[in-house]
Amino acid sequence: MSSGKPLLSQSGPLSAPQPHPIHHNRHSSLTISSLGCLRHTTSISSSIADETLDDNLYDLKEVEEDTVTTTVSRNSREGSAFWPKRKEYRSAELHLQCPRRKRKGLVSWGGVADSWLDISALEVSGTSSRVQDNLNKSRRSERFLQISMQLAESITHHDNPRLIHINDPIKTNEKDDFSGNEIRTSKYTFLNFLPKNLFIQFHRVAYLYFLAIAALNQLPPLAVFGRTVSLFPLLFVLTVTAVKDGYEDWRRHRSDRNENNREALVLKSDKFYPKRWKKIQAGDVIKIHSDESIPCDMVLLGTSDPSGIAYILTMNLDGESNLKTRYARQETNNLVLEGSTISGIVRCEQPNRNIYEFTANMELKGHRFSLSQSNIILRGCQLKNTEWAVGVVVYAGQETKAMLNSAMTPSKRSRLETYMNRETLWLSVFLLIMCLVVAFGMGLWLKRHEHELDTLPYYRKSYYEKGKVGKKYKYYGIPMETFFSFLSSIIVFQIMIPISLYITMELVRLGQSYFMIGDRDMYDSSTNSKFQCRSLNINEDLGQIRYVFSDKTGTLTENKMEFKKASIWGKNYDCRLSLTGPSGVEGEDAKFYKQKWRLKSEIFPNSELMTLLYKDLYGEEKIAAHDFFLTLAACNTVIPIVSECPSSGLDCTPGDSHKSIEYQGESPDEQALVAAASAYGYTLFERTSGHIVIDANGEKLRLDVLGLHEFDSVRKRMSVVIRFPNDTVKVLVKGADTSMFSILKQSHPSDDPVICTTQSHLNEYSAEGLRTLVVAARDLTDEQLAEWQCMYEDASTSLTDRSIKLRQTASLIERDLTLLGATAIEDKLQEGVPEAIESLRQAGIKVWVLTGDKQETAISIGLSCRLLTTDMHQIIINGNSEDECKKLLCDARDGYFLKSASCCDQIPKRKKSAEIDYLEIPSNTKSASPQLHAGQEDGPTSRPLALVIDGNSLVYILEKDLESELFNLATLCRVVLCCRVAPLQKAGIVDMIKGRTDDMTLAIGDGANDVSMIQMADVGVGICGQEGRQAVMASDFAMGQFRFLKRLLLVHGHWNYQRIGYLVLYNFYRNAVFVLMLFWYILCTAFSTTSALTDWSSVFYSVIYTSVPTIVVGILDKDLSHKTLLKYPKLYAAGHRQESYNMFLFWITMVDTLWQSLVLFYIPLFTYEESTIDIWSMGSLWTIAVVILVNVHLAMDIKRWVVITHMATWGSIIVTYGCMVVLDSIPVLPNYGTIYNLGKSPTYWLSILLITVIGLLPRFVFKVFHQIFWPSDIQIAREAEILRKRRRFFES
Amino acid sequence: MSSGDGVSQSSSKKSKKPRYSRFTQQELPACKPILTPGLVISTFIFIGITFIPIGLSSLSASDAVVEIVHRYDEVCISSNANDDEAAHFARIGYIQDDRTNKTCTRTLNVPKKMKQPIFVYYQLDDFYQNHRRYVKSRSDEQYKSPENEQKTKTCEPEAFNDDRKPIVPCGLVAWSLFNDTYTISINGNTIPINKKDIAWRSDRTHKFGSNVYPKNFQTRGLIGGAKLNESIPLSEQEDLLVWMRTAALPNFRKLYGRIETDLEANDKITVVIQNNYNTYSFDGKKNLVISTTTWIGGKNDFLGKIYITVGGICLFLAIAFILVYLLKPRPLGDPAYLSWNKDPASY
Repeated sequence: MSSGKPLLSQSGPLSAPQPHPIHHNRHSSLTISSLGCLRHTTSISSSIADETLDDNLYDLKEVEEDTVTTTVSRNSREGSAFWPKRKEYRSAELHLQCPRRKRKGLVSWGGVADSWLDISALEVSGTSSRVQDNLNKSRRSERFLQISMQLAESITHHDNPRLIHINDPIKTNEKDDFSGNEIRTSKYTFLNFLPKNLFIQFHRVAYLYFLAIAALNQLPPLAVFGRTVSLFPLLFVLTVTAVKDGYEDWRRHRSDRNENNREALVLKSDKFYPKRWKKIQAGDVIKIHSDESIPCDMVLLGTSDPSGIAYILTMNLDGESNLKTRYARQETNNLVLEGSTISGIVRCEQPNRNIYEFTANMELKGHRFSLSQSNIILRGCQLKNTEWAVGVVVYAGQETKAMLNSAMTPSKRSRLETYMNRETLWLSVFLLIMCLVVAFGMGLWLKRHEHELDTLPYYRKSYYEKGKVGKKYKYYGIPMETFFSFLSSIIVFQIMIPISLYITMELVRLGQSYFMIGDRDMYDSSTNSKFQCRSLNINEDLGQIRYVFSDKTGTLTENKMEFKKASIWGKNYDCRLSLTGPSGVEGEDAKFYKQKWRLKSEIFPNSELMTLLYKDLYGEEKIAAHDFFLTLAACNTVIPIVSECPSSGLDCTPGDSHKSIEYQGESPDEQALVAAASAYGYTLFERTSGHIVIDANGEKLRLDVLGLHEFDSVRKRMSVVIRFPNDTVKVLVKGADTSMFSILKQSHPSDDPVICTTQSHLNEYSAEGLRTLVVAARDLTDEQLAEWQCMYEDASTSLTDRSIKLRQTASLIERDLTLLGATAIEDKLQEGVPEAIESLRQAGIKVWVLTGDKQETAISIGLSCRLLTTDMHQIIINGNSEDECKKLLCDARDGYFLKSASCCDQIPKRKKSAEIDYLEIPSNTKSASPQLHAGQEDGPTSRPLALVIDGNSLVYILEKDLESELFNLATLCRVVLCCRVAPLQKAGIVDMIKGRTDDMTLAIGDGANDVSMIQMADVGVGICGQEGRQAVMASDFAMGQFRFLKRLLLVHGHWNYQRIGYLVLYNFYRNAVFVLMLFWYILCTAFSTTSALTDWSSVFYSVIYTSVPTIVVGILDKDLSHKTLLKYPKLYAAGHRQESYNMFLFWITMVDTLWQSLVLFYIPLFTYEESTIDIWSMGSLWTIAVVILVNVHLAMDIKRWVVITHMATWGSIIVTYGCMVVLDSIPVLPNYGTIYNLGKSPTYWLSILLITVIGLLPRFVFKVFHQIFWPSDIQIAREAEILRKRRRFFES
Repeated sequence: MSSGDGVSQSSSKKSKKPRYSRFTQQELPACKPILTPGLVISTFIFIGITFIPIGLSSLSASDAVVEIVHRYDEVCISSNANDDEAAHFARIGYIQDDRTNKTCTRTLNVPKKMKQPIFVYYQLDDFYQNHRRYVKSRSDEQYKSPENEQKTKTCEPEAFNDDRKPIVPCGLVAWSLFNDTYTISINGNTIPINKKDIAWRSDRTHKFGSNVYPKNFQTRGLIGGAKLNESIPLSEQEDLLVWMRTAALPNFRKLYGRIETDLEANDKITVVIQNNYNTYSFDGKKNLVISTTTWIGGKNDFLGKIYITVGGICLFLAIAFILVYLLKPRPLGDPAYLSWNKDPASY
């Protein structure tokens, strides 16, 4: 309890307000849900931060809208009165007030707000409360909730801390049994493999179907097949899957064993001894040397560096290749360096999977200090550039963040598969009809022969004993017999439902993924990453994408920042100018610049600015410039890595004291800014947790960092509190312009020339597509400092809601700032982005860009990546209220379309035409142009439209009835740019399109803010870029560069779609033709469900005789080469038109199937009419005929014959013959010897030839006339491709 | 992947770039057939000119077959009943009566010269030898070896006799063995019908055991058909073997025997039929068939006709295709036919 108490005090202010009378009105919201609690929390928090309420108000307004603001303002009045009382009921009867469970939820959401999720979390609260308000819950917000709940789930609550006794694993583990460091990624052990694997496998409906059929067959009256035979299909799939699972698991076992048996140095009675990883426990102290992997999550105690820095490579965890710094607390680091033992307690949150978050505190010799993300090193990382590091294990084994993160993404189902299920339903109807026909036929036949049945030689319903009719033999009366006949016909016709198709598709997709991963043109050499298929279910969806939603930063752009321009004290400096500047000045520059430090990146400083900085003239401008660059150098989290003269340096002469410096940081913007500052003579070269050292024009400045408020997406700024050597304290702030201008010292906002000019510069910059940041500073008085320090200490050691508290603390000092200037950074476009976008557009794919950037930046990037062209009409919607948005939408609509009525009429029409298009025969390409342009044609304006909309407007539009208006407008525009959108809004836009059209959507992004969008879209693509792996983890496919999207969709998407589409149709046909053939025969056997085929052949048909070619074709066949597909992006429209799989094709295939089955049945029937043919010979003929027929059918459709295809197709026929010879060579089977006798007869061979030719003739004729006279685009392109190649061949 | 290189390289940075192979890049040498008009026309013509000769030759082979089919089930029974119902029962009564003389003599005319070997078949119509209950009611294990005498589980309802002794051969199929006999003579001279080698060799040598003798056969109240000589092993009971190869269709023929002398045209042959087999209970028909064979088998015009038809259709299609193609030619791979080129307004 003693340990629990301080903790409670942390959460005190959070839920304490209940006793206070003014909060009664919100009492109810506390009990609603955890979401309600969250809303409650935020409002309270703002009331605590009474002094900075305005700022908070601003922020909250942005995300939460008016619902919360009213509450906040009500609190504000009482805020100051509330403040001093706070401490009194800090540790109050919290337990009693808020039931434990609610408190949990509340705390956990507080935790959420810490991380990148906070925007979404806050917004969910807004959404949900509105939903509660007006009871008509929209479907979408529910889905929003689901998503954010999913995300939130990943972060577990930590109201119940785990206690780690440093260097005392026994004590640590005695109370709670923390998991050891042994990891087990394997699912099975040797003993539980069989039951567990079977259990997991039977979760699939397909296997249950097999099981049900097999079980039916075991019933005596229904035994159609032999008992063992009927179990074969089930056993086969079970064994195949079990072997696959077993092999995978064995590999996992092996890698687990390797992992578990690695060794690490563990402290034991004052010395480090090697210990196996699996023996390590929480509480152990471990020493790790450079380049070693970290065995578990541990809090750093000390490193070889006196300032306690350790560099780690988190490649394995989040894919980022830059080094990250982690700090040992100075307190412990000193102890470690002294060599004394540390004994203390670490209190940390329960294990969770958020790798970007860690809250804990440490109690050491009575002192308590906070630990955060920067103090922990996680399993899977590597120690770099640090001789050694010592840490205490806090999470081990399965509880490490790396292990908790290894879950797969939820699986999606492809569009084609959904359609396929619809057709499967039709097949079930056919199955039912056939079974009913057989059952009724049986009933009628029995009725007609009722009196003969006793003696009928081929029925004999009774036993005869001693000349008298005895008991019945397998006869249960006509109704029962009819029913049994129904059931047994289900058994016979079971493969009508193509269950094996699901397994086939899985294998085929696996093969397709293999080729996608192996594609060298989708390998990114800069990040050394291959294409990744994280989801195996939606390969074919890639061929039907209609909408691409793309993030901007890091997706379209490289996310490698370059400092371009600066506006300092109202004056614009262009950093590129220096190149053309006089050479003398440049030489002078070089003197300053190359004095001491060598940077990796190259920046050419602006000479004018340089001279300003080096002038000794004191003036506002000079001071501002000085502060400006000081802020750039100091206000960041970048780590300088100093190394002596790099070996590869060209002009590195011995004795040269120049040092090379490399900046490692999590934000590329910051790196660019620090590098720029260095270029202007303000070089950051040392950073510890307590201070930074800056080389300012040759003068070493040691600045104490009193506190640092990191960047967060609510404040959109970061600040540091710095104590200068002369004891003045300054707050240095940089942040987004929207969040900065409101907190500037505003004497006369309009009068201040600096603010005015800076603002105009900012607009200029963003118009050029540059990313801007505003830099400002402020002096702190001692009182302000003291107040802030008090609050900061409290907030930063708090375990719960630390970020909210920190945010309040930050708002205490982030105000009344003096504007220094602004920076402009260029975010370069990735290679090949404009071309990729152009191709996608030609392919009929709409590319929407959703970005968090400013409108101007978004438009300029849109222009530079050719998304927008100058001839486009830009419709810009940025309203600040519902009415305004409505008006803007209406104006836009009225401006570009004659009247709203016609606009609304168009939509259903358009949809209808789209449907017709879908049903079109592939041949009918006359009107097969992408129909999305139909709408445009109808509009009176011929110029293409571009819609630019910002996040604020989206708030009003998406939540209200305006959504449909926006949709109507947006779908008529060729380009849609959404700027300033929050992550959940991105998902909202995707959802809007998903909900209102049948079109496939794809979302591509690289950052954590794209996760919700990626999960919402039909296909989510992650870019493994600079911003970590969150997006990749949530995605279905991941790749290194945006431009690969072109190849992924146009080439692989097209191939996969075409392959799977054919595969499905062919499988339907293949099974149906077989079943129909059996059905016709059963009509000739007095409806007795006899199969002429042997049991084994019936079972082998879909498993062995015909399965391999379909798989091979599904993986290897391709209609067009990638060159052609990339050259003519419009060919992609085949997927939009659903050319490879649609209802029409299904019915055509079924008609063809019917014809072929009739041919299969009647040719032998007439040939052997009134002959001596026996049932097994007939069956043998049918077996081989159907196998040849379906394989030749396939062969006719194969577009690309490689050796493997030949082997599979013709090999199947040979294998079938082989199997039949084997089956006919077993004397105990009734069909013994059949094939030998049959093979001697020419009639047999003639029949097979005849069946094949007649069966396929209509198909062939149809195909020929279709291809020659009504060719599809793909057909033409194929001819062109092949003929061109042939011509070249003949010419050479 | 030489090991020495691999070690030194892996220490720096292992490239994950997929290795190049024509397979992984989907660039295997391939044949990509397209349906050129030439290919189409030659395919049709090829099918046409191969099918028509095949059709003609099989038609002529079928023509060469001389076949005498004689239905005797109705003529070989004397029934004076007026209505159908009564006649039906009268016939059943007649056929089930052991005491009546069921000999029936028929005279047939040989239409053309028949060269030996001439095959004698019996043909049953509407006898569902392919009924599931019937087909399954056998035990091939029992027939093969005497040790498996007890394996009669699949033979119900003809598995055991009244004394629970296993029936050999068991099952409905064996039980219902056909038992009409034919004796053929011309002008009083009996022509021997060779009943050896009428069953498949594989059946005689492997499927039916040479040391399995019939036991307890046809001893229960209801006699299904022929009785078997208990001293002859199953493998030599060729009538049984033929019968046990159950027919695929409800109308079927089974080989009765072979005549190894030629029959001249217009010969009058006298057939003495022992009309024992009961098809009257289910209105099945019985035919005697005397026929020669050719390479195509018995008399059947179907194959020949359909081959000629298909061949003809293919030739017709070839011509039709040429005509249509001449009227509406399309250069292959002409981009002008691409949908977006044909209809530029739509894009």
